[in-house]
Amino acid sequence: MNEVRRAATHSLEARGLTLAYEKVEVAKGLSLTIPPGRITCIVGANACGKSTLLRALSRLLKPQKGSVLLDGQSIHRLPTKTVAMNLGILPQSPIAPEGITVADLVARGRYPHQKWFRQWSRSDEEVITDAMLATRTLDLATRPVDELSGGQRQRVWIAMALAQGTDLMLLDEPTTFLDLAHQVEVLDLLVELNQDEGRTIVMVLHDLNHACRYSHHLIAMLDGRLVADGTPEEVVTEALVKDVFDLRSVVMADPVSGTPMVVPIGRHFNVNEEDGLTVQPAKS
Amino acid sequence: MLDTGPSTIARGADFAAIVSKARAAARARSAAVGLVLSIGIFLSFAISVGVGDFPIPFAEVVPAIFGFGSPDARFIVQTLRLPRALTGLLVGGAFGLSGAIFQSLARNPLASPDIIGITAGASAAAVFVIVILGGGGLLISIGSFAGALVTAAAIYLLAYRRGITAYRLVLVGIGVGAVLSSVTSYLLTRAQIWEAQRATVWLTGSLNGRGWEHVHPVGLAMAALFPAVLILARPLKALQLDDDTAKGIGVVVENYRRWLVLAGVALAAVATASAGPVAFVAFVAPPIARRLTRSSLSLLPAALVGALLLLVSDLVARRAFAPTELPVGVITGIVGAPYLLWLLARASKIGRG
Repeated sequence: MNEVRRAATHSLEARGLTLAYEKVEVAKGLSLTIPPGRITCIVGANACGKSTLLRALSRLLKPQKGSVLLDGQSIHRLPTKTVAMNLGILPQSPIAPEGITVADLVARGRYPHQKWFRQWSRSDEEVITDAMLATRTLDLATRPVDELSGGQRQRVWIAMALAQGTDLMLLDEPTTFLDLAHQVEVLDLLVELNQDEGRTIVMVLHDLNHACRYSHHLIAMLDGRLVADGTPEEVVTEALVKDVFDLRSVVMADPVSGTPMVVPIGRHFNVNEEDGLTVQPAKS
Repeated sequence: MLDTGPSTIARGADFAAIVSKARAAARARSAAVGLVLSIGIFLSFAISVGVGDFPIPFAEVVPAIFGFGSPDARFIVQTLRLPRALTGLLVGGAFGLSGAIFQSLARNPLASPDIIGITAGASAAAVFVIVILGGGGLLISIGSFAGALVTAAAIYLLAYRRGITAYRLVLVGIGVGAVLSSVTSYLLTRAQIWEAQRATVWLTGSLNGRGWEHVHPVGLAMAALFPAVLILARPLKALQLDDDTAKGIGVVVENYRRWLVLAGVALAAVATASAGPVAFVAFVAPPIARRLTRSSLSLLPAALVGALLLLVSDLVARRAFAPTELPVGVITGIVGAPYLLWLLARASKIGRG
């Protein structure tokens, strides 16, 4: 990953988080610091608590114990609007109102900057234009969101989060339901937002190889605990993949990016222990 | 923000023009729709005041409304027809606005107060007043208003599970509505024939014999709630998104939702108290308004469509089988039922509510 042009000015960290839905504890003792101006990915198996952690970091879920600190202040004590001016979020499956146009939806991202007596200004217009340019959605401006393809729609949602004008962006699985080409397109877009404008990006990703390639920092979770935290090269090893996903794998350099690439082995193949290469199908 | 080279500044202005043009076009369209609806309301209002067993020429209607002209015309307009038309106008507007609030909050076109049981609660309470207490006029209004509020609170509590989801709200509301309808039916079977007849007319929703005592409550409610709702339009726009996204852009979701629900319930309750549960006005007015303005939220147009719909329907109800006057709810029912069927057919086709 290339270096960023300017560093983000806001910090986000978690201290001793215990997270629960109703009475069911989902995560315990989570402490972490999100590196500013970087892309951080949270990875782990299904139901390991990674989306729950993201919800806590984005103030959607109140922790039972511990706190999330935005610029050193407890995020749950800050007013909703103050948080919204510094931290933008994109949930996993956001819902667009029926019949809304792209420009109208993106404009709703300006909510925290508006007052009821001054609802729309020239600068709002410039910010949403920039957001739509950056996400290549400007030519869709007058189209209803219902009519867009999955990839276009996801770019529109990212444009709305961008229109919020925050340094920090938290995204919950921004590539789900997209085909491979559109997944890469969305991830490339996020890299551009990070590189060109120094935004701090935190996302939950399912695909480990995407996480390795598209992030500076990885957080791996298992059963509601944090098991590894560092650069993709530090974190992603065959031993970790075995621990976290209970999967045998070969980790090699991604031929395109040089970052770690996880190749699962599965039950039907065997691996030569000496050179680590697949030699033959397993006899079943 | 993206690029700061000098050549892109001019281009940036062009791009911003795309956005501002789109917004200007949307505003112009809303204004045009509002104007056309207002003209329609003015005409149907004037016609409604003018026609009847004692026809008043169009040219005399407007002066008579403001207290000028011949004593006969003034009497008929001021005491008989004006309060009826005003009740229709205000009740239609209140239903339209209430429907728009509920449908937007629940993100579901089925979630209007007449579908999710709120007006059913008002009806059951009104029939209780008519049949058991033998009350009339004001007591029916108070009863139906209280019934709507209690029902809304019950639906909200029953549907509440760490917040409200639209789907639960609609399903619980339909269930509560069904229970209350059977309460109404039970009360009617126990009633004397003349009480049952009076209750049935009320249940259909009617503007017959509406006087100033019906105009005042709904007028006051609209005067207070209409501006309040317009101020809440901005958070309502944000609440049309899912809860997480709405919180993410800085909306205090539960807080605003509570105020908006309260406003929506009060509007539906006061409208029902004045004219009975006129079927489907709250249900069809908002989607018509949205299609006219091509906007995802149009509160003022929804109120205007509701008012126009009720005035025109009442005119038809009065004159189609003259001298027999039908309750206005018969006509709005004829308009609304096919839309409900279409909506259900479409919903089951694309697999969502």
